[in-house]
Amino acid sequence: MVETKNTSPPSVPPAEVDEVELYHAKSFWTKYVFSQDAKVIAIQYSGVAIAIGLVALVLSSLIRLQLGFPEMFDFITPETYYQFVTMHGMIMVVYLLTALFLGGFGNYLIPLMIGARDMSFPYVNMLSFWIYFLAVLVLVGSFFVPGGPTGAGWTLYPPQAILSGTPGGKGLGIILMLVSLALFIVGFTMGGLNYVVTVLQGRTRGMTMMRLPLTVWGIFTATVLALLAFPALLVATVMMLFDRLLETSFFMPSLVEFGDQLSYGGGSPILFQHLFWFFGHPEVYIVALPAFGIVSDLISTHARKNIFGYRMMVWAIVGIGALSFIVWAHHMYVSGMHPYFGFFFATTTLIIAVPTALKVYNWILTLWNGNIHLNTPMLFSLGFIVTFLNGGLTGLFLGNVIVDIPLSDTMFVVAHFHMVMGVAPILVVFGAIYHWYPKISGRMLDERLGKIHFWVTFVGSYLIFFPMHYIGLVGVPRRYPELGDAAFIPDSVATLNSFISLAAFIVGIAQILFLYNLFWSLRKGRPSGPNPWRATTLEWQTPHTPPAHGNFGPELPLVYRWPYDYSVPGASEDFLAQNDPGPLDSESST
Amino acid sequence: MGVALAIVIIVIGSVVFHLLSPWWWTPIATNWGFMDDMISFTFWITGIVYVVILLFVAYCVYKFQYREGRVAAYEPENTKLEIWLTILTSLGVVALLAPGLFVWFQFVNVPEEATEVEVVGQQWSWSFRLPGADGKLGTADNRLISEDNILGINPKDPYGQDDIIIDGYDLHLAVGRPVKMLLRSVDVLHNFYVPEFRAKMDMVPGMITYFWMEPTRIGTYDVLCAELCGVGHGYMGGTVLIDTDDDYDLWISEQTTFAEMTTNTGIEFTKLVEDP
Repeated sequence: MVETKNTSPPSVPPAEVDEVELYHAKSFWTKYVFSQDAKVIAIQYSGVAIAIGLVALVLSSLIRLQLGFPEMFDFITPETYYQFVTMHGMIMVVYLLTALFLGGFGNYLIPLMIGARDMSFPYVNMLSFWIYFLAVLVLVGSFFVPGGPTGAGWTLYPPQAILSGTPGGKGLGIILMLVSLALFIVGFTMGGLNYVVTVLQGRTRGMTMMRLPLTVWGIFTATVLALLAFPALLVATVMMLFDRLLETSFFMPSLVEFGDQLSYGGGSPILFQHLFWFFGHPEVYIVALPAFGIVSDLISTHARKNIFGYRMMVWAIVGIGALSFIVWAHHMYVSGMHPYFGFFFATTTLIIAVPTALKVYNWILTLWNGNIHLNTPMLFSLGFIVTFLNGGLTGLFLGNVIVDIPLSDTMFVVAHFHMVMGVAPILVVFGAIYHWYPKISGRMLDERLGKIHFWVTFVGSYLIFFPMHYIGLVGVPRRYPELGDAAFIPDSVATLNSFISLAAFIVGIAQILFLYNLFWSLRKGRPSGPNPWRATTLEWQTPHTPPAHGNFGPELPLVYRWPYDYSVPGASEDFLAQNDPGPLDSESST
Repeated sequence: MGVALAIVIIVIGSVVFHLLSPWWWTPIATNWGFMDDMISFTFWITGIVYVVILLFVAYCVYKFQYREGRVAAYEPENTKLEIWLTILTSLGVVALLAPGLFVWFQFVNVPEEATEVEVVGQQWSWSFRLPGADGKLGTADNRLISEDNILGINPKDPYGQDDIIIDGYDLHLAVGRPVKMLLRSVDVLHNFYVPEFRAKMDMVPGMITYFWMEPTRIGTYDVLCAELCGVGHGYMGGTVLIDTDDDYDLWISEQTTFAEMTTNTGIEFTKLVEDP
């Protein structure tokens, strides 16, 4: 079964186009601030994303303070509670996870992994980051305007999002949120076009598409999804801005607000939901696909074994990406859309479970007969498998329309999506940082701190979100600042809520260990050398660590093999780098 | 060893938690018991998959943990295994989907004999409207809402005159009589949610949404809003009672119709609303 490796011609095709000279920065400003080097842009993207992510972490603690210990904190009112919930969700999904996976990991890894000197359009890449930065500033600014940020929920459903019954609805809050989203989309589109073009055009000689590491496949496919999905959100934000500022009625039917007839009429709130989820569901996979790709590479490298079923993994990524555009209305089973949509969207949603399950099987089959190093990146990968499997299986409840009816809008949904697109991808983010930090900094992160960080984060997160499903089963609705006195909610739910909150605080505090590790290891970490994990992919084969401007020295690497030649029988080492002509080629030619 | 053990503990802990959990759904009060059955069925299927896969992971981690000198196998693909796994997974998916869609068909097709009950949501309270003796609800529009016509009922529609309006009081339903709940909103999205009913649906201004059910258990139930509707969302409570036939008939005979409300004007009208 070695065909995969040998389907491509063993020889490297001759260069068809001459190399183009790179832009070289002359001053501090153009080198480190308005940099056009993808690696610097990646660090900038990651730094801003993690910083705003810490804001979201604090907000989640405030949410848990209220849910775990209601009426104990006077500064948490229903208004502020909804603001915390909204900003926490929006930051985590868009400004942290999307920006970090695509802007951060995408920028750093795509050129290095495909053997390119930089992105195809470095100047546009620089603009992408700075517009993202502006979007974050506008978002942060909304915390400081009169009335505060919007509290419409991260879904921003009209009509309430732009009416006075919602925090920020009649103030600047919702306007700044929409402007910030529009900016984010503009910035992202610049970066996204870059990632796609670079993967298609910038691969070094011998790097066929079917020799791309799965990390690149994941980021590439996610970027294609994002380029097709974000325009729907852009349209929705612009239309809602018009509804709010010019009193157009794209999403606003005739309605009466607290006894006053408003001038709106003829618009459709459900149209907004369709636009939002046409973006919103692919968005789940914009976050998940890079995580799928990265975790594949982490598992393969640290189990010293080729990824099982590479071609299946690639087609599963592409298939999931394509399917993700025809499942969006499973978020809308109780929205009042035509009920016959339920048949179609439940079917497509459950079909997507098949390629997703195959990916899980293949990760596990990669472990089978491996030689598993239980280091921090591998631990986070295993944590990902547990939480992703859990969240994926509860997706079979919510995707099946008739089962979704009683569970929708309850805490079961909150538990499900946190497990599947919160905890699982973030565990991959951590694993990836422990894995690639040595390449970025030249030093190893502290392994002992890393393991403590893993166990607290993983077990803690599981203790937060696993029991939360059962609060939803009881019937407790989501987006309630307190349980109220409904008879169906037993007192024990409040006790469970307090427990969940305590677990959440511990997980939150444990992240300090991670930040400390990041800064401490930058100076004091053990020097890593160029390839501490003995990995095959091109980023580990650079002449300098951290890689210099231009990545690869005078000659670009030539690629002879797929990225998963670990423990190849007959090879002298337990890995063959992609640019290693290796002993096998001479064997296969004889 | 430690990592494999941790995974096993997570598996066992999750199963034990599930079996011992006092947190379970409230007893059902409508005909949608199938939804509960379907959740249980899905728990069984997904639970078995969860346990089997994670125990396999734990075994791999235990058995193939790094050892100096161990050489990992080299096996890029195994087409036969991959095909089998695809088939098995597809079968599981069909087993979950087929019965689900079958009942969804029943859920969206309202039986002929179901009587209409209208629920109107606004920030942050519930109102209800029942068809009068003619058995039909009159048309309504948000544009017609005023102080004298809080639900926007079309005064020119003869069907609307005998409609019974319940504002600020509890809704009653009769046990065993199927109802089509027509849902309407005055302002923003709401969702008429009674956990014991299992069924729920958003209320959208500008359109009428619905679901149907047959009340099966006499009792008093809390109404909650399940779609974020502004700062009062968590406090938008109401009550619905499922009565015996006799109690229900007595209750409905005491209610005020739209015509009775509008023939009284000014102060008398206000009095009527406060003291029906």
